[in-house]
Amino acid sequence: MTPRGRPAGFGAFVAASALLLSACGGGGGGDTDTGDTDGATDGGATTGIVSVNSTEPQNPLTPGMTNEVGGGLAVKNIFAGLVYYDADGAVHNEMAESIESEDNQTWTIKIQDGWTFSDGTPVTAQSYVDAWKYTSLLSNGQNQQYFFHDFAGWSEEEDSEISVEVVDDLTFTAELAFPSADFVLSLGYTAFMPMPEVFFENPDIYADAPVGNGPYVVESWEHENVISLRPNPDYPGPREPQNGGIDLVVYTDEDTAYNDLLGGNLDIITNVPASAFQTFEDELGDRAVNQPSALIQVINVGEWLEEFQGEAGLLRRQAISHAIDREQVTETVFAGTRTPATDFTSPVVDGWSEDIPGSEVLQYDAEQAKSLWDEAESMDPLGGDYTLQIASNADSDHQPWIDAVCNNVRSVLEIGCEFYPYPTFDEFLDARDKGEVPGIFRGGWQADWPAMSNFLGPIYGTGAGSNDAQYSNPDFDAKITEAGAAESVEESTTLYKEAQEILFQDLPGIPLWYQNATAGYADTIGDVQFGWDSDPILHEVTKAE
Amino acid sequence: MLWYLGRRLLQVIPVFLGATLLLYALVFLRPGDPVNALGGERGLPEAVQDEIRARYNLDQPFLVQYLLFLRGVFTLDFGVDFRGREILDVMAGAFPVTFQLALMALAIEAIFGVGFGLVAGMRKGGWFDGSVLVMSLFVIAVPTFVIGFVAQLGLGVRLGWFPVTAGRDPDFYSLLMPAIVLGAVSFAYVLRLTRTSVAENLSADYVRTARAKGLQRSQVTGRHVLRNSLIPVVTFLGADLGNLMAGAIVTEGIFNINGVGGTLYDAIVRGENVTVVSLTTVLVLVYIAANLLVDLLYAALDPRIRYA
Repeated sequence: MTPRGRPAGFGAFVAASALLLSACGGGGGGDTDTGDTDGATDGGATTGIVSVNSTEPQNPLTPGMTNEVGGGLAVKNIFAGLVYYDADGAVHNEMAESIESEDNQTWTIKIQDGWTFSDGTPVTAQSYVDAWKYTSLLSNGQNQQYFFHDFAGWSEEEDSEISVEVVDDLTFTAELAFPSADFVLSLGYTAFMPMPEVFFENPDIYADAPVGNGPYVVESWEHENVISLRPNPDYPGPREPQNGGIDLVVYTDEDTAYNDLLGGNLDIITNVPASAFQTFEDELGDRAVNQPSALIQVINVGEWLEEFQGEAGLLRRQAISHAIDREQVTETVFAGTRTPATDFTSPVVDGWSEDIPGSEVLQYDAEQAKSLWDEAESMDPLGGDYTLQIASNADSDHQPWIDAVCNNVRSVLEIGCEFYPYPTFDEFLDARDKGEVPGIFRGGWQADWPAMSNFLGPIYGTGAGSNDAQYSNPDFDAKITEAGAAESVEESTTLYKEAQEILFQDLPGIPLWYQNATAGYADTIGDVQFGWDSDPILHEVTKAE
Repeated sequence: MLWYLGRRLLQVIPVFLGATLLLYALVFLRPGDPVNALGGERGLPEAVQDEIRARYNLDQPFLVQYLLFLRGVFTLDFGVDFRGREILDVMAGAFPVTFQLALMALAIEAIFGVGFGLVAGMRKGGWFDGSVLVMSLFVIAVPTFVIGFVAQLGLGVRLGWFPVTAGRDPDFYSLLMPAIVLGAVSFAYVLRLTRTSVAENLSADYVRTARAKGLQRSQVTGRHVLRNSLIPVVTFLGADLGNLMAGAIVTEGIFNINGVGGTLYDAIVRGENVTVVSLTTVLVLVYIAANLLVDLLYAALDPRIRYA
């Protein structure tokens, strides 16, 4: 990106320098070596220190504050939660003994005995309850309070305690505002990790020397330089480190990190710079990673745009979707590091599908596009000199693909089309939240946990936090609620697919493509896998000294 | 002399106040809302935003924020940034390496620029002059980031002569290639400036007189030609120190040097006004100091210049 390469790769979410963390995954593994996936084997442990490129964390390293990629990679390795995700996005217990519910709404959580924080204090039910309550309180100003909105008791207006209660040392209960079949799936996300007492006494230490309970401890943190993680000798869980430590090396420019990988100074690059898209698979061979991730890019159509409302508006949205040659744009602009979208979720989640009824609207079809647009014109003429505007922030690499999409639109629909730039991400965010963006606009979503639901409710539910297009359809909302309360995962998957059928009929956003995880590593290390969330599974990596 | 120095130092005060006020106004007027952006694509609820604004005094009117900043400057307590780090620590981490890099670049451009320029000016029109002119034109024409990446890929990755990046604790050797890249453009300017100035002074009356007195060639060149030719060059170098420090953003990015450039860029993007103004203020002070030094050097170079 910019001289500061950071935001570059992560289109969607990312913005200025706020690469938000999240992700999603499922069929991960891809072309990487498959290591011991359970990570619990003691046999293959090595002692070399693995260096990984990163960015300077934008927040203190706490589960409640860290919401970007740089800090996220550190937090997920220095904290352990109730469950963790393997490379394929499957959920396994980490600290949890059991997580149970009769109705998917009131959950009883039992944790294992014998866990400690790196300052020696025990991890108890209280550590979870205090952490969750702290993060959820508005007055604590926590970036990650979003993840507690669905808990019973949360209020957007004023401080209000969520219903999470300690039962005994190793048991606590959590009550949600409504049933959620995949609550357990969400618990591996960093926002749900426990915090030690020392945090509540002196939160400032997390800007320098975080105390966690994960597979690694922070040995030293040289700001803007390197975070040195070393194996936590007291970690009793399944993510046992197979290497001698991790150095998260801060790079301000991804091109530089890539050159360091080629020059042998870096072991893993988590994000290949756009300038190397054409060449990295040749240069790295089987050490190049290019696999689908949990990030989908869409064009949102704001409810405030009059020309896109009503019957004519729907025809226009369909026309634009048919006019975009996704195969061509992903090949020419992204050199195959994006995969054309076939639904509203991601290939890495269970239930992803290529043939949801209505998904034909994502096929490139110039004739159909033109005739749909002409039909809309006959109902509600905009005139031949109409210019479609596609808005985005300009501080990240979005212009190339927007120009390419505009070329499609211009030649197929015979109307004008131009990029409408906002200089910085926060200006774009501001205009978007106020419903003032004068055209259709870029949207992106990276899942926080590997579930279909995470791509639907939070973005298209009425009044949902990330419903940027301000879409509202009671039928869709009802489907989502029904799916959340479903008895089995299969049943809820079917219902989520039906919810997507409604989205295809209404087309509140036009799915474009899924972003791939593009990464690479050196020949000095082994057992490298990238997870469903595009992050390397660091504890499994082996490196000889 | 001392009187002059005192007067010049007093001038620093209005310049400092004016510069910081202007800078603060600029970052304050920057559109967008950095607090909302802390939540990423999701944004943050109003109540949380208000809480964060209050914590960083962002809910105060402009003048109050500026006065709080000034108080911070005089008590050396700049507060913390959005990451919870002391801004003073941030500055202490960023400036030393940038300063070292800028001084190395300055030394390289001064030594090689003046040296090559002197030889070229003395033999104006010769083959050395011709080839040096073409080379400097090339260096000026090619953008720094191109020179940087080519040098990194060629000398670092392919040939392995220099470290690809400066690494976490950069020493002289690992900063050498970045310093050459950073100083390259100014080197070309210094070379051309010296060359023109030397060529002009060669035909001056006092040089002819010195030669007529029978002085040795080296004395004529060193004491008369070079010394008089250096005045415009020193002016340029003085102003350039500030440019090198502030302009190292691109070079620092390419070689992953964690200096002022990257820190400043991050702070601007995050909308951390206090960090931006604090860093820039130090740069302003460097400019002022360098200019003062240049003015004092004039007196040393040209006996006709005296400060009372």
